[in-house]
Amino acid sequence: MTDPVNDTDGSPSGGLIAEGLDKGFPGVQALKDVNIWFPYGKVTALMGENGAGKSTLLKILSGDYQPDAGVVRIDDEPVHFDGPMDSRKAGLRVVAQEPEIVPFVSVAENLFLGALPGTVIVKRDELHAAATKAIEEFGFSRMLSADMLGIDLSPAQRQLVEILRCLIDDPKILCFDEPTSSLSDSETDVLFALIARLCKEGKAIGYVSHRMREIFQIADRVTVLRDGKLIGTVQVAQSSTEEIVRMMVGRDLTHMHDRNRGEIGEPVLELKDVTTEDVRGISFTVHAGEIVALAGLVGAGRSELAMAVSGDVPLVSGTISVSGKDVRFGSPKDSIKSGIGLAPEERKADALVMVRSVKENLSLAVLDRLTQWGFIKQSAEVTLVGGYIETMRIRTPDMERPIENLSGGNQQKVVLARWLAKQTKVLILDEPTRGVDVGAKAEIYHIIDELAAAGIAILVISSELPEVLGLADRIVVMQNGEVTGELSHHEATEERVLALAMASELAIPEGRNS
Amino acid sequence: MTQSTQADPSAVAEASRARGEVGKRSLLAKIGAQNLILLGAIVLLSVLLSVLNPSFLLPANLITIGTAVTISGLLAVVQTVVMIMGGIDLTVGSVAGLASVVSAMVFTATNSTLGVLTAILIGALCGLINAIVIVIGRVPPMIATLAGLTAFKGVSQLISDGRAQGYTGADPLFRALARGSFLGIPTLVWVLIVTSVALHVLLRYTKIGRNIYAVGGNDRAARLSGIDINRYIIGVFVVSGMVAAVAGLLITARTGSGQPVSGSEGLEFQAITAAALGGVALRGGKGSIGGCILAVVLLGILLNGMTLLGVNPFWQNLAQGVLLVVAVVVQQSRSGERRVGLPK
Repeated sequence: MTDPVNDTDGSPSGGLIAEGLDKGFPGVQALKDVNIWFPYGKVTALMGENGAGKSTLLKILSGDYQPDAGVVRIDDEPVHFDGPMDSRKAGLRVVAQEPEIVPFVSVAENLFLGALPGTVIVKRDELHAAATKAIEEFGFSRMLSADMLGIDLSPAQRQLVEILRCLIDDPKILCFDEPTSSLSDSETDVLFALIARLCKEGKAIGYVSHRMREIFQIADRVTVLRDGKLIGTVQVAQSSTEEIVRMMVGRDLTHMHDRNRGEIGEPVLELKDVTTEDVRGISFTVHAGEIVALAGLVGAGRSELAMAVSGDVPLVSGTISVSGKDVRFGSPKDSIKSGIGLAPEERKADALVMVRSVKENLSLAVLDRLTQWGFIKQSAEVTLVGGYIETMRIRTPDMERPIENLSGGNQQKVVLARWLAKQTKVLILDEPTRGVDVGAKAEIYHIIDELAAAGIAILVISSELPEVLGLADRIVVMQNGEVTGELSHHEATEERVLALAMASELAIPEGRNS
Repeated sequence: MTQSTQADPSAVAEASRARGEVGKRSLLAKIGAQNLILLGAIVLLSVLLSVLNPSFLLPANLITIGTAVTISGLLAVVQTVVMIMGGIDLTVGSVAGLASVVSAMVFTATNSTLGVLTAILIGALCGLINAIVIVIGRVPPMIATLAGLTAFKGVSQLISDGRAQGYTGADPLFRALARGSFLGIPTLVWVLIVTSVALHVLLRYTKIGRNIYAVGGNDRAARLSGIDINRYIIGVFVVSGMVAAVAGLLITARTGSGQPVSGSEGLEFQAITAAALGGVALRGGKGSIGGCILAVVLLGILLNGMTLLGVNPFWQNLAQGVLLVVAVVVQQSRSGERRVGLPK
């Protein structure tokens, strides 16, 4: 465990204070007794791995979620948000990471949405002038103009519109959710200058980011969350990257893995120079009985690579081969036929038919085998599904239950069982334990280990470092759509993986132009 | 945090309980709440009507109800399949009209067998056109088939010059369709029964049916599980066109001539009403032929009863509308959707 770290600012007072926040979702406790403080005139960074609870916390502050327990105070007065409007009225704005932009109206209208000047007829001149003034005042005039249409905006410009939307209200407290993920370096500089100015004006700033370099550039304090719990707050000036990384990753989950596996066999999945719209020149091999983890930050291109290998998006160049045979995929059907199964990251959107039963979801990919003259052999299906419910300990009252009633962990087990039933040679698991509670996590790790022991080639994509280190025989690290390094199980440490995942940020960028 | 790879005892107990119940379900769950409500409404309405007017339960009246619902019933059951797949087919009425005209015109020129076959082929072709616009043109089914609704109606008006075509009343095949009976049940009703049973078996017991539910419930998940979703979209729309053509043949048989528009106009909305009332999920993935048939029967009894009681026919439209809204409100309130924004 990390040492308990104390906030050296003394007892919190003023600004935004949250005390004892709890928030649970079916199957997951997203926040447990979390305290935070965003004091005036300071930038407080909120850090943690994916799933640590940062987004849930921001959604409580923006009024999108109501906490199960705990209190939020502004200027030491308790406030209660039933919805986003309450939060705004209290002088708090959260800059959304993926802003909602109305496509076919101008930037000006997007900025003043819901508060357009004029009673019935919009005063267009006034609107345009106000928008232009705001853009100039906050230093975005080189990057944005008031009369551009929403649909023409780049991701960076969309982010700037969202930031302006929040600033126009002149909030006392402003929270950013990874604002730089879509910004270039020069845009980031403008944003940082703006944040410094807002800070000087006495606003309280909360800042969520994965990028260590940014934290040391603009934050005064860093609060770290892990698994929904507060780990501690440190003053940036008195801390180091190593300390913050240690606080973020912890070491709690490492003994959830029992590594007793058989021999690693022949190469099964081989990628050579695989290039798609999102990734470039990816080459690596997964052998039978081997677990290879794809590590990297969110947005590194790992899920996009998985979608290409599973035939959902076409390759631009490069080759994929399975058991030594080159394969070309026109659709996921071809990929499945060659022996590849994918458990996608977005379980509900991409893997499960939520309104249908556990049985139908589990047997979805193997109906061919259960069918005679086009008719499903009902008893064979019940036997197959019943067998997997038993061996994988899928907790459901019965197999006809809609899968939407199951917890995240049990839903994931159904997806795994689907591919086991299909007897795939390669299994790609994209964030296999996202939205899964800790108990079910251990069971899923156990299943993955057993599958590898049975000779399946497994590719795990995970943003949770302890998971990557615990499961993988080999770790391939990606950043910005490219492989930045490969580590064996013995070489790998959290620090090394993070260093590769943020390679271009820590080292001098190699002049990559996409 | 303490964690071990051993599952806790309570979980094991829970799992073994699950094993005991695997495969078993209560009768209520099997029939479904919505179907029970429909069944209750049918019983209640029948009792009420037979008290108010004893002739309601006479076999002759029951046959009248049966023949009255056949044509819209055919379109409703196939609409149910389309909607389970997450689509909608607004062209069924127009395709029925086109098939009606074509069958009569081909019959006049050649013979009735060729008339029937050509009409069904035309129905399949219309379905294929819908599917191509949807799959290749990437046009949402609502818009694609709205276009088809007008266009196919235009085709039948063009080829018929807007007039009824031929006289089929003397042909033995068309006569058998319109007035024949088997085991005391009119041939018309048999067509509906056979089609419904076939579609029910397809949906319930075959791989194709299972995959139609999967495509409707989540097309991305279906695709990533190896289902060729385009093939299903094309197949379902072609079948929809063919069943609509059969409905058109029945219009020809009953009226004795090919009807380009009258007799089929507005049938698509009756079909969607019955399908929705029958419990098909408006977002796809859920629904059954059984529910649809119950809804068809309920609507048939309601309209027949109002006629028997001498209610102004204009009330019938109002009653259908109110019934549909009530049914969907009940369905939506059970779906647990957040009450925000435009419902999907």
